[in-house]
Amino acid sequence: MNEFLAQSTYFGFFLSILVYWFCSLVQKKLPYAIFNPLLWTVVMIVVILSVLHIDYEVYNSSAKYITYLLTPATVCLAIPMYKQIQVLKDNAFALIVSILCGCLACALSIFAMCWCFGLETELYHSLQSKSVTTAIAIGITGELEGSQSITILAVMITGLFGAIVARFVCRIFKITNPVAVGLACGNSAHAIGTSTALTFGEVQGAMSSLAVVVAGVITVVVAPLFAGLL
Amino acid sequence: MKYVYQFMIIAGISFLGELLNQLLPLPVPGSVYGLLILFFCLLTKIIRLDQVEDVGGWLLSIMPICFIAVSASMMTVLKDVLGSLVQIFVIAVVSTLVVMVVTGKMAQFLMERKKDRPSETKQSAAKTRESEADYE
Repeated sequence: MNEFLAQSTYFGFFLSILVYWFCSLVQKKLPYAIFNPLLWTVVMIVVILSVLHIDYEVYNSSAKYITYLLTPATVCLAIPMYKQIQVLKDNAFALIVSILCGCLACALSIFAMCWCFGLETELYHSLQSKSVTTAIAIGITGELEGSQSITILAVMITGLFGAIVARFVCRIFKITNPVAVGLACGNSAHAIGTSTALTFGEVQGAMSSLAVVVAGVITVVVAPLFAGLL
Repeated sequence: MKYVYQFMIIAGISFLGELLNQLLPLPVPGSVYGLLILFFCLLTKIIRLDQVEDVGGWLLSIMPICFIAVSASMMTVLKDVLGSLVQIFVIAVVSTLVVMVVTGKMAQFLMERKKDRPSETKQSAAKTRESEADYE
């Protein structure tokens, strides 16, 4: 089975889209945040691969072509940002300050919890960058000499969890302003949060994209500073 | 032809971003450089919105699908981190909530304060809203 699928150019590609399509249908019928299509697609694919004893590498040898489109898609986040340039200009101060506060709160909360749990330094260093987009996070962890696989795991949990709870959290904490909602999504759940924010509206998507970029830059500076604490 | 042209621009910028990622010694991915390049080009009107909008919109709409394979790669690292999985999960979840609430609340507070300041007529409304924000 593995040999045939490993040679297939479309197995992982097709499986990913098929499962995502199915999960999107489910969410349409049951429009609750917990039925987030991305989360359930990932869960179902992990289960399918495990049950059928298909290696992740075999799946990814064809699924990687979807991942390949992530870079041009991220580049295109500039489009909603440009369309909302007026909102950006009008609120420049509020945007920068709130993203900075979020990044500091992130670094502090991670430090506090690692300290409470008494975790090893390596783990702490691997978690510091978890709220930024994967590629930046891996770079930071490399600099801090943490474990990159832990970083990837934490970044994914963060993104998926953030995307699922975003609407709920914003309602509970009465974050109603679309700009604030977008910033909250992007700053906490990076690019996955942004793809969710885009479904809320264009302003939210644009602000979320901005938060991903700015938070990435801030974390590159802040994470090494906080890394010294433990 | 329209789509080919648009795709060419986006592909070209992705390539430029990758190039910068190789040339500059920062942990910034090519996609973020690309985002900044496209944003800058749109701002300076080097690229017009209608030269990227259709293909760009399509790429944005399929963006969640692009995360599937990367996210599923979790299954390969799960074995290595089994011992500290609970801690990693708790830390990831709690700090995500903290960042989301702090960022959102802060942005909303700053924007409402700014919006209410210039207009005198809205002052009473501003006060109640501000006290609400303070309360939380």
